[in-house]
Amino acid sequence: MTVKIRSENLNLFYGQFHALMDVNIAIKPQAITAIIGPSGCGKSTLLRCFNRLNELIPTVRTTGRILLDDHDIFAPDTDLPRLRKRVGMVFQRPNPFPLSVFDNVAYGLRVHAMRSSRAEVEAVVESSLRATMLWDALKDRLTLPALELSAEQQQRLCISRLVAVEPEVLLMDEPCSTLDPGATEHVEELMRTLARQYTIIIVTHNMQQAARVSAETGFMLLGQLIEFGPTRAIFTNPSDRRTEDYVTGRYG
Amino acid sequence: MKKEKIISLVLLLMALSAISSLAVITFFIFHEGLPIIFKVGLGGFLLSDQWYPTEGSFGILGMIVGSLAVTAGALIIGVVFGLGCAVLLTQFCPPRLVAIIKPSIELLAGIPSVVYGFIGVSILVPFIRDSFGGPGLSVLAASIVLGVMVLPTITSISVDALQAVPRTYREGSIALGATEWQTTHMVIFKAARSGIVAAVILGMGRAIGETMAVIMVAGNPIGMPHGLLDPVRTLTSNIALEMGYSAGDHRKALFATGVVLFVIIMILNTIALAVSRRRAGKVLAQ
Repeated sequence: MTVKIRSENLNLFYGQFHALMDVNIAIKPQAITAIIGPSGCGKSTLLRCFNRLNELIPTVRTTGRILLDDHDIFAPDTDLPRLRKRVGMVFQRPNPFPLSVFDNVAYGLRVHAMRSSRAEVEAVVESSLRATMLWDALKDRLTLPALELSAEQQQRLCISRLVAVEPEVLLMDEPCSTLDPGATEHVEELMRTLARQYTIIIVTHNMQQAARVSAETGFMLLGQLIEFGPTRAIFTNPSDRRTEDYVTGRYG
Repeated sequence: MKKEKIISLVLLLMALSAISSLAVITFFIFHEGLPIIFKVGLGGFLLSDQWYPTEGSFGILGMIVGSLAVTAGALIIGVVFGLGCAVLLTQFCPPRLVAIIKPSIELLAGIPSVVYGFIGVSILVPFIRDSFGGPGLSVLAASIVLGVMVLPTITSISVDALQAVPRTYREGSIALGATEWQTTHMVIFKAARSGIVAAVILGMGRAIGETMAVIMVAGNPIGMPHGLLDPVRTLTSNIALEMGYSAGDHRKALFATGVVLFVIIMILNTIALAVSRRRAGKVLAQ
């Protein structure tokens, strides 16, 4: 079995608070892996380890290893911008920049100096918007401020923005929690399409969503990864009592 | 119920008194100043640099240019350093250091302007005279002193504007692999632009209106300045220096100087507000 990302004995502290405890997880490539658990269980914190975004908070300390294609991302020679280009992130609230639609998608290209000519940038913007099925709706309105789009379109735009820099892994932190059910369905469809090409890890507290989209699911509780395995097994035949209580809705 | 009404009426009167004092001031300077402008002629007043009030020539072009030059110089210094400081404090600095640096910069605003002038004339002016030549009392000296004086205004308002930018923009940009600096100038500045423009407007208002510190370091000759090292007289200095002994048309011409200053400030404010509104409209239209 091939593995795209693997964490080994991952521990994380916010100051004195022990937020992640000995997390060992192996994420398969080109598939959707869901991480579920009640609020405050550390699932978003775990997700933010994979692109080292937790380090924006000064008091965070991490021990253990995370291997991306067998290379430790905490190694001192890690190029952080390059890591974050390979491992992109979609946030809970859509956060397009206060720029035009075009500039939002082109942002990553400019940051990473990936394309030189205007025509090349335009081509990438088009293909990235096509990848999230926004192109037909927005092709005549590329100069529109991104903040004027609907919430669903904003979230799609944030995904386009990632796709433009050709990432390998997409981290999604409750990407549908601010969307209505129709928009949620559309984004889930989009995720399935994207999973043919990208490794996707989604954090959600919506168990139905995890069951619908993911191939494998991990259940977290109080900073520990309690159980991890094929989604069907987690939901129909969990081996841990606490997982069973959670997926059957006894708490959470 | 009745008590409520009385209180709100009293508060209304207090608010109106503030507005009415603005109205009275405006009326008064225009009433005193406008007739002399028409008497001399708009061209003779605004487009001549011959200010010899005892001989009946009241040209203030040199002072208009002087005020604009000194204000522009002060803004260049104030914006570069103030904005730099604001970016450092909001984007790159650990919170503990911010807690020391920000109040110290704001303390600058509490120093009386005469103290700035005194330091300017005793340290800066000799320094400029010895290093660059000229009399030392100059556009350059006034710009530097004013630049330092507008620093706290520009810095603290820019800091507020930059801090008001949602954290999600920064996270989104960093998560895309942008560096701190790329994030700052490509996203954060765009989001904070209207606040930064407001900071510059307020700094500009302070610079163009400042009098005492400028009088002390600018030299205040009559006529047109021709370079950075030339001494200069501003509109505000002109009023302050001559009001004490003026009478008749001379006195009226000083009020007219005030009218011009008033109009310049209004124009600059309107332009700056229009610019910031247009951009804010783009950013905040949601």
